[in-house]
Amino acid sequence: MTATAAATVPQTTRGAGKTSRRRSAVWLGLTPFAIYVILFLAIPAGLAVGSGFFTSTGALTLANFSVLADPGIQKDFLNTIVVSAVTAIIGAILGALICFALLGTKPDGMIRTVIDSASSVLAQFGGVMLAFAFIATIGAEGLITQWLVSAGLVNNVFNSFAHNGVLIYQVVGLGVVYLYFQVPLMVIVFMPAISGLKATWGEANATLGGTRVTYWTKIAMPILAPAFFASVILLFANAFSSYATAAALISQGGLISLDIKTALVSETVIGKANTAGVEALAMVVVMVIVMVAYSALERRASRWRR
Amino acid sequence: MEDHLITKRHFAGVAVLAAAAIALAGCASTSSSTTAGTISKAKASTATSAAAFGGLKGLIAAANAEGQLNVITLPPSWANYGKIIALFEKTYPKIKINSANPNGSSANEVSAAEAEKGQSTAPDVFDIGTAVLDQNLDLVAPYKVQNWADIPTDFKDPGGKWYYDYTGLMSIGYDSSKITKAPKTYKDLLGSEFNGKVSIKGDPTQANEAASAVYLAALQNGGSADNIQPGIDFFAKLKAAGNFNNVLPTQATVNSGDTPVVLQWSYNNLAWGPEAGSAGNANWKVVIPSGSAALGSYYNQAINADAPDPAAARLWEEFIYTPAVQNLYLASGAYPATLAAMEKNKTVDQSVLSSVGAPPSNFVQLTADQATAAAALLGAKWKSAIG
Amino acid sequence: MSAPRFGAEPSKTTRNIILIITAIVFLTPILAMIQYTLRIGQPVKGVQTYGLQHYLDVFNPANESTYDPLFQGVQNSIVIAVFTVLIVLVLLLPTMILIELKFPQLRKILEFICLIPITIPTVVLVVGFIPAYQVVAQIFGSTPYTLAFAIGVIVLPYAFRPIAANLAAIDVTIMSEAARSLGASWASVLWRVILPNLRRGILSSVLLTVAVVLGEYTIASFLSQTTFQTALLLIQQTDPYVGVIFAVFALLFVFVLLVVISRAGTIRGPRPGGRRQGRLATSKAAVAGVPTSSRKGTVS
Repeated sequence: MTATAAATVPQTTRGAGKTSRRRSAVWLGLTPFAIYVILFLAIPAGLAVGSGFFTSTGALTLANFSVLADPGIQKDFLNTIVVSAVTAIIGAILGALICFALLGTKPDGMIRTVIDSASSVLAQFGGVMLAFAFIATIGAEGLITQWLVSAGLVNNVFNSFAHNGVLIYQVVGLGVVYLYFQVPLMVIVFMPAISGLKATWGEANATLGGTRVTYWTKIAMPILAPAFFASVILLFANAFSSYATAAALISQGGLISLDIKTALVSETVIGKANTAGVEALAMVVVMVIVMVAYSALERRASRWRR
Repeated sequence: MEDHLITKRHFAGVAVLAAAAIALAGCASTSSSTTAGTISKAKASTATSAAAFGGLKGLIAAANAEGQLNVITLPPSWANYGKIIALFEKTYPKIKINSANPNGSSANEVSAAEAEKGQSTAPDVFDIGTAVLDQNLDLVAPYKVQNWADIPTDFKDPGGKWYYDYTGLMSIGYDSSKITKAPKTYKDLLGSEFNGKVSIKGDPTQANEAASAVYLAALQNGGSADNIQPGIDFFAKLKAAGNFNNVLPTQATVNSGDTPVVLQWSYNNLAWGPEAGSAGNANWKVVIPSGSAALGSYYNQAINADAPDPAAARLWEEFIYTPAVQNLYLASGAYPATLAAMEKNKTVDQSVLSSVGAPPSNFVQLTADQATAAAALLGAKWKSAIG
Repeated sequence: MSAPRFGAEPSKTTRNIILIITAIVFLTPILAMIQYTLRIGQPVKGVQTYGLQHYLDVFNPANESTYDPLFQGVQNSIVIAVFTVLIVLVLLLPTMILIELKFPQLRKILEFICLIPITIPTVVLVVGFIPAYQVVAQIFGSTPYTLAFAIGVIVLPYAFRPIAANLAAIDVTIMSEAARSLGASWASVLWRVILPNLRRGILSSVLLTVAVVLGEYTIASFLSQTTFQTALLLIQQTDPYVGVIFAVFALLFVFVLLVVISRAGTIRGPRPGGRRQGRLATSKAAVAGVPTSSRKGTVS
């Protein structure tokens, strides 16, 4: 389909008319995806985010934006950004370490297949079950907590964190739970990049007298930097918008995604559904800023490439 | 067109069900064989009582012809809905019940009805809170069940658009192996024995059940249905004392011991205790706090105006108000709307009533206006109070 | 073969230490879940009894009707997964290759498009799906399989990244130009040069897509369809022990499924030209294998 639509390489010697006709045929190759994206992404996203500009009766208004002035909402926003950023960076580093370790295994071997599959499964493991798995592990009555208590550490880091009670029922503890799916996600998205490091580059480095340190700092890291930062962004976005796990662990809110859910499906405070659109718009704005920063970063990093 | 996976069933069970079905079908067909086929869907959608179908038997025949019923947000362990659904499927074996989104809220019911308008998966009936229902009265179709007179006057809409089904009482459930001295009032919960142990069913600005815990706290601390600020203050004190637990309680956390004290409806607390058998916590006890009026909140039954299975929806409502089902509500600890009439007609299950206990005489329910004011106060003050 | 290490590979000990610690950390919550399912009742005087009672409950025929929705949900989810993978392979992958070859300036735009679904919380996005699904229901009916359209969108960020990383690591333009100059048609270029080199990225994408579909709850519950996750939640309401059993079982099942798919993907693998000679060597071998008679269509 797209292969046949892109049937020819554009010619410089043939007539200009033929070229432009062929070029437009190539553009057609983009249409199926474009249609799908417009129907199922652009329109729903536009509706969802645009609902912030309307009242519940359908009149155009800017009144919903006042929800952004609420200090509670602002605090939640900041909390969400911090938790997402921290888990993204830590998850990326840990995930990259695991990828690095995997480089020492056979590419088509069993270890790599097992870890790839496990990562896929765990990257999507979330919600109430994940929350309960962690409650069962490091909750007040969790396996590890009780083991530490029986070993003598009655007030350990899991059940008495920052003198505020159990760790996982606080926002910091939520970060620990998030790492459980952030790290596998990083492994899955970063592995294709890191396995693209060609053996020839290592050999060239050795031939020219470099050490493994110079290999990493001068060759591998600059090459991997764009993919690494792109993965960090994906991890950030992943944590930024997830709410099912948070809803189970910190039911009293504390994240912007929980505020959105409250606004949309509350049984008690009715009529606030449109403020959810404003909050979603704010989230999109944050992501746009992050993407712009990433583009700037990538432009610098790719100076030496090609 | 929906795919159904055929599963194995016990042959004995099938035989019994088949016999029942044949008997029922026999009863239905002999009486209504003169009315050619069943009533049309358009007529069924506007039927306001069973008389429009030619009586209950006509209604059953019409519902059987539809073959399915879509219910929504009915968790099996909530007010015995698991048993109620099973009883319906046993009584009317030709009608399959599709139970969607058991964990959803009243708002989810409304959005499902709007989102799936015209599709065969749209919900047929609602079990919905008053606050959300009041905003969406255009979504429901009026219908009066055969024993309409048994429902007290202020428990129903005179036009038949909605009618109360059951209420519970806000209660304290606790693990007796962890809490040695039973709490009697909310003030007891401030004691040091409850450090990190008390939780409510979610965020009061979101869930009616959690909000009701705050309303009862207001009643217990000098407030009233018009003034729930003392309730918010109480929870602020609870949090400051370190007794408030952030995690959302579920049957799983009650079993694992992570939520030893839960403030929720009596029927839910009872469902998580010995009643759940091997799936529950055998040490779980339930107490209605004393020292103030009890707090309840009736839910409403209503029929979707655009129900894809209008006859089955109406049959479900008739079914809900039969004494058998009203007694099932009672058995779970929820007081059914027709309780007074059942006691008068002696159709109430006395053994269940005595074990659950008679409904208290001074029982408070927030009116729609009070609920709106309370919600506004919660929206403004809860976040900062609970930190 | 203990040749000196020039490249990126870590030493065997480093590798083993990292992998073992990872395994322990990630298996512990799963073990905690399994330990929970083995508990019978509440601890008496601090002593907890254990047993397999809850596992036997799963097979108890009296509970058969309770597990009906679960089997229906699993069936639905698997079919939805197949359709979603098709969307990824038939819509996303060719578009990415096309953009890489012909419209490299559109790369950033595609990346942003594929990041939007993960930016907007699903619970908000799903509100926007309503009008789209009202139309879809008119055309396809209310089958659960139509969820694949919405989930395909949710999956875009996850499916995009491995393929993009793989595309960046190989030089598609040079390879395709080399193949074209040797007389291959575009079909040959796609099938014998580009796709074999994208195998790893494609496989990662497929694995992630399947995992996303099987873990997706919000859209299915909003559109009142029965999928694996919604059925699991229903089971949890009746019996939390059995719910945890099914969740762990689901994790293991998906894991085994993905391992099988991966192994199948790698067995179909390498060209006779040799495997461990680096990407360029592989593609050269593939191109060299193109018969001269495939010179159909234009001459470059």
